[in-house]
Order: sequence, then structure tokens, then C-alpha cells
Amino acid sequence: MLKERIRLAEEIYDSSKRPHPLIEEILALVKYKDLLVQFVSRSIKTRYKRSVLGVFWTMLNPLLTMIVLTLVFSSLFKFEVKNYSVYVLSGLVIWSFFSSTTSAAMGEMIWSGNLLSRIYVPKSVFAVSAIGTGLVNLVLSLIPLFLIALFLGVRLHLAILTMPLAILLLAAFALGIGLLLATAAVFFADMLPVYEVILTIWMYATPIIYPIEVVPEHLVWVLKLNPMYYLLEIFREPLFEGIIPDASMWLISAGAAIIALVLGGLIFTSKSNEYAYRI
Amino acid sequence: MNTLIASNQETTAEVRSDTEPVITFEGVSVRYRVPQERVSGIKEFAIRWLQRRISYEEFWALKDVSFQVSSGEVFGIVGRNGAGKSTMLKVMARVLQPTAGRVVMRGRLAPLLELGGGFHPELVGRENVYLNMALLGYSHDQTAQLFDSIVEFAEIREFIDAPLRTYSTGMVARLGFAVATSVRPDILLVDEVLSVGDTRFQEKCLDRMNSFQEQGTTIAIVSHSMATIADFCNRALWLDHGQVKAMGDVNEVVTQYTQ
Repeated sequence: MLKERIRLAEEIYDSSKRPHPLIEEILALVKYKDLLVQFVSRSIKTRYKRSVLGVFWTMLNPLLTMIVLTLVFSSLFKFEVKNYSVYVLSGLVIWSFFSSTTSAAMGEMIWSGNLLSRIYVPKSVFAVSAIGTGLVNLVLSLIPLFLIALFLGVRLHLAILTMPLAILLLAAFALGIGLLLATAAVFFADMLPVYEVILTIWMYATPIIYPIEVVPEHLVWVLKLNPMYYLLEIFREPLFEGIIPDASMWLISAGAAIIALVLGGLIFTSKSNEYAYRI
Repeated sequence: MNTLIASNQETTAEVRSDTEPVITFEGVSVRYRVPQERVSGIKEFAIRWLQRRISYEEFWALKDVSFQVSSGEVFGIVGRNGAGKSTMLKVMARVLQPTAGRVVMRGRLAPLLELGGGFHPELVGRENVYLNMALLGYSHDQTAQLFDSIVEFAEIREFIDAPLRTYSTGMVARLGFAVATSVRPDILLVDEVLSVGDTRFQEKCLDRMNSFQEQGTTIAIVSHSMATIADFCNRALWLDHGQVKAMGDVNEVVTQYTQ
């Protein structure tokens, strides 16, 4: 009786009447939204299940890195940055979100190959849930960030109210890049190690641990070409300087996010039919 | 079991006559493109691409396959290894898109392929049930309503809050079957999985499948066991090198195939 009540409306799958792959994928994602929630809660639960410190690892990890970097850079290199700890911690929080979500978007897809070759699920669910997991972790790591900022005497301004928008743009950018990586990873088995190298280079091309002022004049173009520079600045400036960044910073960030997301979505869905043949 | 199915046919006949076929294959072909030499790395690919040396070997796993299956039928697919049986199930399950031809599947589909594949060892049984139901497209609320009946059928009530890594193979298989069949699907895809757990549980699984079929579920079975096919199916298709070699009454197809 109960089972009969749960029967859904008749579903018809006709391979000759499929909408555009991107639209089909978005509709399927909406339908499988509970799977997204399951994936996010699964990865958060399994990450902390066997560790004593549990959820505090999310907060502790960037904190420890921050302490080491602060010691190294402010005593050895004598960077003249006021509140260098807050500067570096906010950069690390953003960077670890970007690097972990994009890697996970690609990795989860590869590790789920076995599953994908047996049952139908919208394949972008792995990339989207990687972003979702990253967002939960990011929000958790904002707590120590704000505590430290307050502790070190950073005065918080109303400008920090723009932070959610900055995070949203960053998440969209990461999703787009993650989808592109996931597409590449299915065709090239060595994409994961290659991306790790790219990430290391990319991190040093982004002003996370060094202040922008130390970048020599002739290398500034590297920063200007790096979307992560803009996405990081629109997050960090409101907290660190208490000002809302220029409109140009926002526009470039939004442009990068939209281009990455649209390109990632189109390429991923146009190739998604080939996954089952490859993995 | 033959008699059981024979008697079912009468009850399902009227349901069948006025509805369209549940599974339709129209000239379905599936081509795999296998790189002649395995190119797995980016560097290798770039070198080969520059040298224009990437060549693919085409392999047709299915070639121009057409058939229809009506509501309530149990349809067997037989053939040697590599004949395209699993590819056919994957096309039905939407996992593979046909290279050519058209596939129409009417109704809610449940794949019963290698049970328990979506389980996570670190999560407890309860969490795994929710995760797997979500993988099959059920919402959290729907799963909550079905939860007790799933646990009861799998007979793992006392272990439901233990991590899955502590389960025996039989328990995992039982939970997998219970999840996949928690709601009567319109189409059930079965790939060599009738050897679940002990004999008693196998009986239970067969009973459930029989009762689904009586209520109008269409079942497609791939098996190497001719006994399973002959016992369970009323129609069968013999695939050979991706093409239909014979199709029709199960006994005729099985006789031809075993000759």
C-alpha cells in the first residue's frame, strides 16, 4: 500500500528526444538534489568520522599553516604587512577552498567511474557536491578567521557584508574549472598529478602568502592575468582593509566566474556521453 | 516456476494489450572506439596527436538491434562473453547512449546490477540506505517512508547503525537487493545477481521479483545460466557478436543456443 503511494509519475526516456545536454543535466541535477545533499554530508561525515578532533580539523589546518607562515615570513623576510597573519589566513582559506574543490570535482568523478558505468546519475553531481562540501568547510574556517582578526585588532567594517557575494563568485569559478578538469580527467589518466603541479605554480602566482607590493613591476601582468587574484581580492579587501573593492575588480571576477561556469558546463555535458565508454 | 509464470500471463494479458511497449529498441547500435595503442597520458597524447598517429579501432558492441518488450514480460538475454549483453543493459539503464538507433523506456527503472556497488564502507547501514536510495533518484522523504520495510527485508535490523565495513558479504548483498527493490519498479534490470546470499534469501528475492512481475513489472535478465533463463523468462533474445541471432519463446531460444 505504502509502496504504491510512493510511485512516481510515469517517466519516459526516449533517446531520440533529448533536450540540449546542458539543459538535460541541469534538470537532472534538480531532480537528484537529495543526492547532492547525501554526497555533501557523506564526505563531511567520512572525513571526520575517525578523527578525534573532528570538525575542528577544518579550522585547525589553515591556522597551523598560518602560524608557520607568519613566523617564517615576518621574521625571515620581514614583510611589512600590518596583521600579516590575517592577510595570509584569509588567502589560505580562499586558496584551500579553490584547490580542494577543483581537485575533488575531478577525483570524485574518476573514483565513481565504477558506479557511473552501472547506473544513471547526472554526472555533474560529483563536481557540484565537491563545491558544496568545500562551501561547508569554508564557512567553518571563517569562524577562526574572524576570531583571529578580532583578536589581532582588525576593525571589521560593513564592507564585509559583500563577502557572501565574493564567495559565490569564487564557487562558480571553481565549479567551472572543476567541470573542465573532470572532463579532461576522463580522457587523460595523469590529469590528477598534472593538476597538482599546476596548482602549486598557480598558488605562487596568486598573492596569498606575499603582499602585492613585493611583486616586481615587470611581473605584475602575471597577477592581472590570474582570475584568482581578483577573486581573492574581492574577498580579502573588505575584511583586511575594510573597503569594498573597485567595481572593475567585481566585474572581472564575475566575468571570470561566468565564463568558467558556462564553458565548463557546455564542454562537460557535450562530452558526458562518452564517460561510460572510457571509465 | 514455469507454471507460476504461465498462470501470471493470463492476469497480465489485459494490462499488456492496451499499453505501448515498455522497452523499445529500434535499430540500436553501440560503437566503442578503442585506441589501438593505449594512450593514457597527456604527454603521450600530445606527441601522438602531433605525429597524427592516433588511430582507433572500432568495435560494434551492438549492431542494429530491434525488439520490443511489453508490460509484465520477463525478457531473457543470452549470449557468450562479449556478445553485448551487458552493453544492452547499460543502454536500457541510460548509462550508454546508442551510437545509432532509438531507445524508448517507459516507466520507472531499477537496475539490479552488482548489488551494493554504491555503498560506502565508513558509513553506517542507515546512512548507506539513504545514500543509495538517493543514487536511485529517491528523495529523503520517500526513503524515510520506505526505511523500515527495507531494513526488515534485508534482515539487518540489529546492525543498521554499524559501519558497513563490519557487514558480511551476504548482509551487503541483502541490503543492496532490499534497497534496489524497495519500490516496485516498472522495469527491473537484472545482471547475473540471482546468487544473493544463502538459499533462503535467494528464494525471498525470487518471490519478490515474481510478485513484482505479477503486478506488471517488466523484467530484463542477463544470465549465463540457462536454467535461470528457462525458469524465469517467457521470452528470450540470443545475442551473438552484437547482433540478434534468435528471438522468441524462451524454450526455443534456449534450445537453439545450447545446441
